[in-house]
This record gives sequence, C-alpha cells and structure tokens, in this order.
Amino acid sequence: MRIVCNGKAREVADGLTLGALVDSLGQGREGVAAAVNSAIVRRADWDATALRDGDEVEVFSMVAGG
Amino acid sequence: MDNLVLAGVELPSRLILGTGKYASGEQLKQAVAASGAAVVTMAIKRVDTEGHRDDIVGPLRELGVRLMPNTSGARDAREAVFAARLSREALGTDWIKVEVHPGQKYLLPDPIATYEASRELVRDGFKVFAYCGADPELCRALEEVGVAAVMPLGSPIGSARGLETRGMLSIIIEQSHVPVVVDAGIGAPSEAAAALEMGAAALMVNTAVAAAGDPVAMARAFCLAAEAGRTAYEAGLASRAATARATSPMERFLEEAMK
Repeated sequence: MRIVCNGKAREVADGLTLGALVDSLGQGREGVAAAVNSAIVRRADWDATALRDGDEVEVFSMVAGG
Repeated sequence: MDNLVLAGVELPSRLILGTGKYASGEQLKQAVAASGAAVVTMAIKRVDTEGHRDDIVGPLRELGVRLMPNTSGARDAREAVFAARLSREALGTDWIKVEVHPGQKYLLPDPIATYEASRELVRDGFKVFAYCGADPELCRALEEVGVAAVMPLGSPIGSARGLETRGMLSIIIEQSHVPVVVDAGIGAPSEAAAALEMGAAALMVNTAVAAAGDPVAMARAFCLAAEAGRTAYEAGLASRAATARATSPMERFLEEAMK
C-alpha cells in the first residue's frame, strides 16, 4: 500500500503499524510525536495503530530552540 | 534568595535557557550546566526522513533540567495548539511556551493568536507560558485566561538590543499576579540583572549565550547576573535622587583647620 510520510509518498507493507514506521525512520521514540491524517496518536497506541492505504503520516521530533 | 515557583514547581534558578544555535550538543550541555538553569526550552519540528537527527532530549534529561517545549514555527493559534499537543506527546509534559510569530523579520508575537492559543491550551490542561509583547493589558488578559506565567519581550528575539520595553515591563511586573519572565532580546548579563532588579520573576536567554565568543563562560556570567539581580531586588534598591547625597561627613573642618 501507499502512504505519505512527512510529505513524501512511500510504498509500505500492508498492515504496517505506526510504531514500525516511526522506528524505520531511525529517530528512536524519545521526544518523538506522530499524527495520522492530522490526528495525534499517543505513543502508547503506536504499535496497535495499523496504517491504511492513503494515510498521511506526520512524524515530529524535539529539536533545539529558544 | 527565594526560589522561583512556576506552575507550582519550585526551581533553584531564575534563568531559563534556550537550546538553539549551539555549535554542538556537548557545548549546549556544558552551557546549561554552567548557567545553573533548571528549565530549558526546545522546539518541535517535522522529522527530516532522509536526514539524521541529533538527539538533544537524552543529554538534557541526563542533566536533570525541566524541558519546556515551545510552539515556535506556528503562524496562527490553530498551529500553536497542534504544536503544543504534539510536544506534550513527545515529551510527556504539560508545560508549553506559546509563541506565535507570523512575521519573520522581527519575530514579534501575534497578540490575538497568542491569546487564543493560550486560552484553548489552558482549557486543555496545559501550563501555559505565553511569549508576548510587553503590553500590560495583554498580560492581564492572559493572566485572566489562566496562564502559568507571562513572558513579555525586552526586544526582538535574538536582537541583543536589551530591555527596550523597560517602561512597560515595569508596569507589567507591578500589576501581574503570575510570574513575569522577561524573554527575548536580552544581550548582556547586565540586562538580565536589570530585569530581575526590577522584580521580574525570571528571565529567558538563548542567543546571548549561544552566540557569545565562549558560550559556556557566558552561561556562567548569566548565572551570576541572575543571582545578583534577584538578590539586589530582595535587598531593596536605594531610592533615586535628583541631586547628590553625601556619603562622607561634610563638616567644614578642612576650612577651619587651614585658616
């Protein structure tokens, strides 16, 4: 299936979970947040959240700032 | 020296340090340690799926400082609320520094968007620290919607122009029932001390430390300035006078003796 992750289309395995997608970005999970179709998904729910074809996923992380 | 209390949390330092613009994570860590700051700010950003990420959360957690995420990058209230909710998930904190500055040249906070975002986030259970213009009435309105502190600016972010809003800051400090954290524009430790001498509860700096010749040494200078400024405030400054007030005896003994 095809999803969009941070603005870029990507082909992923059917049933890929949000947790697995985040892990594939190599950012770890500490200080990371994610939203699917503009709805924030709590970290505790990432592994139980199966992505669906056409989903738009946004992954965010904490960075330096003032 | 009294401890600062923000959102019910007692903190050993009146300095809040921004984490932006440091040359390396190691330098940032050393500067935070040298500053004595108990609270540091961070931003949230969409992950670059092809780049690498410097983890700064881990090292900062090791230092034991409290992390205060900000909503920097938000151009309106809706974006600020979304950034706040993301940050809460990312860091597990309900503290949020609300900042909405649509204009890139001066990065001045949009008062209406700041107010609206702050109101919504307070309702949502956040401890809101509102970065705002040095407008006493805006600060009063923010206090009424329940922010944990107001963060009026001294001058534009990163400008190192100091306390250009001094007159308004003193009115805000006089009237506020929530802590006043002077934020933005402080360029020198003397200005940090001045803000605390005026009675500000705390102050926030980033560029003045990060862009200094030696950021770690400058962090230490700000630590000392914050202590000096607060101690001076608590000691009570001498009143100003239009004319001289003699500090030595003014008897006319010399005149008498040299007759």
